[in-house]
Amino acid sequence: MPTMDVVIPTAEPKTDPRSSERATTATPPTKIEVRNFNFYYGDAKVLHDINLDIPDRQVTAFIGPSGCGKTTFLRSINRMNDIIPGARAEGRIAIDGKELYKPDVDVVALRRKVGMVFQKSNPFPKSIFENVAYGLRIGGLNDRRALDEVVERSLVRAALWDEVKDRLSDSAMALSGGQQQRVCIARALAVDPDILLMDEPASALDPIATQKIEELVYELKTNYTIVIVTHNMQQAARVSDRTAFFMLGKLVEYDDTNDIFMTPKQKLTEDYITGRFG
Amino acid sequence: MSRRFEADFGRGERRRLIWNAAMTGVFSVAGWVAILFIFLIFVFTFKETLPIFTDPEVREEANLYKFFFERQDGPTLAEQFIWQPTSEQPKMSLIPIILGTLKATFVGLLFACPIGVAAALFSSEFAPARLREVIKPVIELLAGIPSVVMGFFALIVLATWLQSAFGFTYRLNAWNAGLALGIALVPIIYTISEDGLTAVPRAFREASYALGASRFQTAWSVVMPAAAPAIFASFVLAFGRAIGETMILLMAGGNAAITSFNLNDPLRTLSATIAAELGEVVNGSAHYSALFFMGTLLFVITFVSNTAGLWVIRRMQIRMQGEKA
Amino acid sequence: MPSPATAALRGARRGADRIAVTLLALSVILIVGILVVIVGNIAWHGVRTVTWEFISQPPRQGLTAGGIFPAIVGTAALVILMTIAAVPLGVATAIYLHEYTPAEGLSLAWRRFKKSKGLPGRRRLFTRFLSALLATITRSAVANLAGIPSIVFGLFGLGFFIQFIGRSIDRATLPPVELLWGQGSLLWAALTLALLTLPTVIVATEEALRTVPHDLREASLALGATRWETIRRIVLPGSISGILTGAILGISRGAGEVAPILFTGAAYYLPYLPERVTDQFMHLGYHVLILSTQSPDVEATKPLLYGTVFVLLMLTFLLNLTGVIIRSRTRARLRA
Repeated sequence: MPTMDVVIPTAEPKTDPRSSERATTATPPTKIEVRNFNFYYGDAKVLHDINLDIPDRQVTAFIGPSGCGKTTFLRSINRMNDIIPGARAEGRIAIDGKELYKPDVDVVALRRKVGMVFQKSNPFPKSIFENVAYGLRIGGLNDRRALDEVVERSLVRAALWDEVKDRLSDSAMALSGGQQQRVCIARALAVDPDILLMDEPASALDPIATQKIEELVYELKTNYTIVIVTHNMQQAARVSDRTAFFMLGKLVEYDDTNDIFMTPKQKLTEDYITGRFG
Repeated sequence: MSRRFEADFGRGERRRLIWNAAMTGVFSVAGWVAILFIFLIFVFTFKETLPIFTDPEVREEANLYKFFFERQDGPTLAEQFIWQPTSEQPKMSLIPIILGTLKATFVGLLFACPIGVAAALFSSEFAPARLREVIKPVIELLAGIPSVVMGFFALIVLATWLQSAFGFTYRLNAWNAGLALGIALVPIIYTISEDGLTAVPRAFREASYALGASRFQTAWSVVMPAAAPAIFASFVLAFGRAIGETMILLMAGGNAAITSFNLNDPLRTLSATIAAELGEVVNGSAHYSALFFMGTLLFVITFVSNTAGLWVIRRMQIRMQGEKA
Repeated sequence: MPSPATAALRGARRGADRIAVTLLALSVILIVGILVVIVGNIAWHGVRTVTWEFISQPPRQGLTAGGIFPAIVGTAALVILMTIAAVPLGVATAIYLHEYTPAEGLSLAWRRFKKSKGLPGRRRLFTRFLSALLATITRSAVANLAGIPSIVFGLFGLGFFIQFIGRSIDRATLPPVELLWGQGSLLWAALTLALLTLPTVIVATEEALRTVPHDLREASLALGATRWETIRRIVLPGSISGILTGAILGISRGAGEVAPILFTGAAYYLPYLPERVTDQFMHLGYHVLILSTQSPDVEATKPLLYGTVFVLLMLTFLLNLTGVIIRSRTRARLRA
């Protein structure tokens, strides 16, 4: 059988016929492929030659000291950096094989497939219902019954439905911080993305709300590919399947989470994880 | 359970993107409107002035020399510089009108500057916050009085009071017009000076108190000098407003174009002359072009003085808030 | 331990200070007093004249009797047309300035461009610089527009709208001598006034747009909305009260201006009410001007004059007050 060195997205993870002797944790297909990716703000280079493959329907965590470029890299995946002056990308990021930084790419459609949750929750000053329905209305869906259905499903998936089902027309601004963040998650889920990018989603929340968000991430990964930026290493260890450690704009190490935290291969990684520097 | 993602980024909802592009176009066009109209205003005002330079017939009667330098025979200034465009021998000296404008502006600023700055200083340094919240609306209401109403008041009421108080020969004169104008200028001076005063960093005041200075000393010797650019800018902007004010001076100034330095005499300003005479002028005549010349003059003077004032304010903003402001 | 000399100095200083502060306070009292006197005088004399008849009847007997109904109608029609012209255009300009131009100042944009020598993306930075330049020029144009004397607007209305555009329309559509568009009318007066109030609307709208937090826009874009959709669904609804304030303040200012309409359509006496945009109109402020300066019998017209002034003043005050109230409520809500 010819060896296949291109990974094809498939429904179920396939075991590689070459490795039947090895442990059968199947290699999941690659959802996001990054090759030789560089990023500039004006003349300052903030990301250097990033190469990695983010697997489908798993949680990948980006960790690293502040200013290491992990948020910049995250925002490159849905091209949110486009709105920043002087921002420039070089290299390749591809989702399911389709490159993102080509001129014919419709950024609007891209952002429906790649959802984003921000560090500071930013619900619109509208009702909970209208917040979650926003992405759908934009897309032209205004049928009340269809909206009701999708809104409910999204709020269920965001583990918020039971708490708000009786007050969907209340303003989202009246909710607690943790609830607001879950509204934002539901809002992002409503447009049915494949990938969910989360930029330190729990950093502004209390421990209980944080725990809820982490449980949510764990549930969501069965249906979505999740990339989460966090400065909290324990969170990364708890929640993610694979972890990437960044420093000064370079990808230092990328491995299964267990391996990174138990047996890091790079000294820098070990120093960071053991807290030798922030 | 499988979900295959057809990464088809090229097709989007085309209609939404078209709308977005269309509205971007609309807004970009709207952005040009202000520039376009400033340009048009200058062009069309100046266009009607051109005959003064180009048309020989018009130039006979109305030209730059006549406007500024022509003297008639006579012992007094009042008899030498005359504006009488409708007499048989049209006399087109702008001197009486310019003088009138300056007189009214002078009196107006004389009244408004000290009072406006004093009120701003009190409001910013001494008034409790509640009082400040009362003063501001009062100033706004004062600013909201239409100038035709102010002119009416000066014409009917103020002039009588002033005359009975000071015994002027002429009921309508520079004092009357200037005072009414000054009242209208106070809000401008107050608002901009007060902004400048409250923007002075608290650190200045604290340093002064720490050295044992009193509140008034601090306000007078530290805060006010620090806000000097704003205060100066407010004067400049008030000056621009005064030069261009029409109704108050038309109604309260006496409407007589006399070359006189005496503030007890009636006066006429550039804008008032235009307002009073344009209705009766023959389209295309020398008089017509002369009036448009005055309009162009007004445009240029106010443009220059406003640009200067705004530039000062902008420098101040940048210094206080950094580049992004 | 302060010596007696210093203590005495301090006492004297305190005394001098108190005098100085009192003087300052007096200036405020003077201003309030002036406002009270003016408004009081007008209200005192005007209230008596303002009856229902006064408001609803046209003038009679050479404007020495009757009412001012046509002037009220004319003013209202003028202001409505002016608003329709000024508000959408002003809001659009403000949206352009705030949402479509770079946020950094001109010198910063220039510096970024110069530093990018030899790098790719330089062209984009140049475009951004040009954009910033255009924005700066536009903002300065708006500020200058605000400072142009109102009579110059009148001249422009006459020279551009009436004699250039109006006459051109007439020459193209009517037989040679006839004039329809090439003369003073509601339309041209309204457009002239709209130009005058444009800066007010633009500045107030920009201030309102600034109050919408930036991360709401980001959230909307991240959900796949286009920039226009973000403006339409998030930014505009969030700034509507500020825009309303600007519109009302602009209206109150435009309602009181007389100089721009002197030659663009106001009339002293018309036996009919304006029905079409090409009609001339009577106007409260114009009425005050004429009655004050050209009335043959000042004493006889005084009550009418006071009544007209009172109505005009109340109108502008009401609008002004409404705008101020909405603005302070909005600011209070934001601070909360």
